[in-house]
Amino acid sequence: MEKFLHSVILERDYCNGCTYCLDRCPTQAIRVRDGKAEIMTERCIDCGMCIKVCPYHAKGAQSDSLEMLKKFKYNVALPAISIYGQFGLEYDMNKVLNGFYQLGFDFVFDVAYAADLITQIQKKRVEEEGHVKPLISVYCPAVIRLIQMRFPTLIDHISQLESPSEVAARIARKKIEEMTGLAQEDIGVFYLTECPAKITSIRKPIGIEKSQINGAISLEAIYTKILRMYDDIEVVQQISKCSGKGIGWGMVGGQSYAMGAEDYLAVDGIDEVIKVLEQLELGKLNDIDFFEGYACVTGCVGGPLNPENPFIAKGRIRRLSAKYPQEVSMEAFGEITEDMLEWDEEIEPLPVMKLDADFKTALEKLSRIEALYHMLPGIDCGACGAPTCRALAEDIVMGRATLADCVVRKNNERKYNLSEER
Amino acid sequence: MSKALEMDRASAVMAYDYDVMKEDFAHAGSASSDIKKKCREIGLDKEIIRRIAVMTYEAEINIVIHSEGGVITVMLMSDRIEIWAVDKGPGIEDVELAMTAGYSTAKTSAREMGFGAGMGLPNMKKCCDEFVIESAKGESTRIKMVIRL
Repeated sequence: MEKFLHSVILERDYCNGCTYCLDRCPTQAIRVRDGKAEIMTERCIDCGMCIKVCPYHAKGAQSDSLEMLKKFKYNVALPAISIYGQFGLEYDMNKVLNGFYQLGFDFVFDVAYAADLITQIQKKRVEEEGHVKPLISVYCPAVIRLIQMRFPTLIDHISQLESPSEVAARIARKKIEEMTGLAQEDIGVFYLTECPAKITSIRKPIGIEKSQINGAISLEAIYTKILRMYDDIEVVQQISKCSGKGIGWGMVGGQSYAMGAEDYLAVDGIDEVIKVLEQLELGKLNDIDFFEGYACVTGCVGGPLNPENPFIAKGRIRRLSAKYPQEVSMEAFGEITEDMLEWDEEIEPLPVMKLDADFKTALEKLSRIEALYHMLPGIDCGACGAPTCRALAEDIVMGRATLADCVVRKNNERKYNLSEER
Repeated sequence: MSKALEMDRASAVMAYDYDVMKEDFAHAGSASSDIKKKCREIGLDKEIIRRIAVMTYEAEINIVIHSEGGVITVMLMSDRIEIWAVDKGPGIEDVELAMTAGYSTAKTSAREMGFGAGMGLPNMKKCCDEFVIESAKGESTRIKMVIRL
C-alpha cells in the first residue's frame, strides 16, 4: 500500500491558480505550479480546509458513488452522526434514516448509537486512576495526523479507542452475518460522511490494519435525493436508537458532555487546535482529563462534505440532543468486549518536515534556507506558488523551486538593482 | 561585574534570535513554537525537541513576567543545541533562592494569568544537560542552557 494516501483532490480544470487554499492549508501542503494548485501528498492531513475555502470548487474529496452497492449482495449504510444536523427540525430523523432503504441499502445502522457505546468505555478510561493526562480523542483523524506530524510526543495521549463509524461497521457486520448467513465479502458497508479525513481513514486507517468499511459516500451526494423523496419514505423500522448524548458527538464538546467530564478541553478549528496542542506538548495542561479537538469549526457538523451551514446545523444538533432520551439501553448491541472497540496498531510519528535523513546535511540545508530567506521580500504574497517566503526558500533548497520564482524580488531587482549578495 | 558567560556564535551553524518584550503575554510561546519547527526540520528526536520547546517557553515566560525585556538566542550546532536567555534587568538578588522549586516573585497580574508558579527556572534546569545562570541585583540576567546531541 502507498505510504501516503489521501482523499482531498484537485479538479485541475476548475483551479485558476489563486492563493486561497495555499494560504489556509495548516500544514503548508499546497503549492501552485504552472497556474494550478498541487497537493504535496505526504503533508496533507485531509482536514478539508482547502475544500472549504476554494471559491471555484476545484477541491473535492474522492468519495464513492451509490453505484458501488452493486458489488455486494447486501449493503449496510452508516450515516455519519452529523446527519442529525442537516435536516430542519420539522423532519423526523428516523424517517430520514429509513430513507436509506429506498436508496438501495438493505440495512441502516445509527452511528450515533455506536457513539453511545464508546462514551461508556471512554468515560471509564478517563476516570481511571493514573491515566495519561489528558486523554486525546481519536475522533478527528485530521487532528490525529497533525499530532503524528507536528506533535509526536503527544501520541501516547491518544485514547486508541475506535471511532463510532468503525465500531458501527464491526457490529453491523457481525449482526448481518448472523442474520443472513452471508460471507463477510458479500457484505458491503458504506459510510455516509461529511469528512475527507474519515474517508482517508477508511482507505488508509490509523491504529488498525484494515477498516471494516468498504466505501464512503459524501452526505452532500445523497442529501437532495433524501429531501426529494422524503414524503414517500416508508418507515419500516426504528433505526434511530441513540441517546441525545450520542447525537451530541456531532458537534464540538459533545464527547465531553456525553461523558459528564468536568476537566476537559473542546477545541474546534484547526488553527486553534494547533495552539492548544502546543500548550499540551509543553506540559502546561496536564491537569486536564480529556481533550477533543476538531479540524472543522463547530466539530464534525462543520465537515466540508455537509450541505448545511455549520452553525445552523450545530444549533439543530443541540436542540435534537435535548429532545432525545439522555440514556438508552445498550442491549441491541449484543455482547461487546472492550477489545472490539480498540486500536491494535502502534501510531507512528510522521516526520515529513525533515529536510534530510542525515542530521548534518539537514542542518546544512537549514542554514541555506535561512540564507535564502533573507534574500526574499518576506511579505508571503504567494505569487511564487509557495505559501510563505520561508516555504519558497525551503522549496529552493529541496529542489522544488528556484529563486527566479519570486516575482516580487524580480520586480524589485529591476527597481532597486538588488543583487543576490545583499 | 565581569561576564563569565560568553556566547560563542561562531561555532553555531545557525543562530536564531527572538526578541521578547516585557509583559507581552499574548506572544509568549512564539519563540518556542518557531524553534520547534526548525528542530523538526533537522530531524531531532521528538523528546529532545520537547525539551528544547519547554526550555525556550519557560525562558520566554520569565522574560515576559520578570524582566524589562530581553532576547532568546537558540544556536544549532553539530554536536549540541545552546539556548541563551539574556534580559535587560533588573536582575535576581538571590539566584539560589530563585532556583528553588515553588519560589516566585511574580506579580499578581502574572499569577492571575496562570503564570508565576515558581517552576520556571527549575523546569529549565531539569530539561537541559548544562545550566548556567548569572545574575545580580541591578544587572541583566544571563542564562545558558545546553542540550548535547
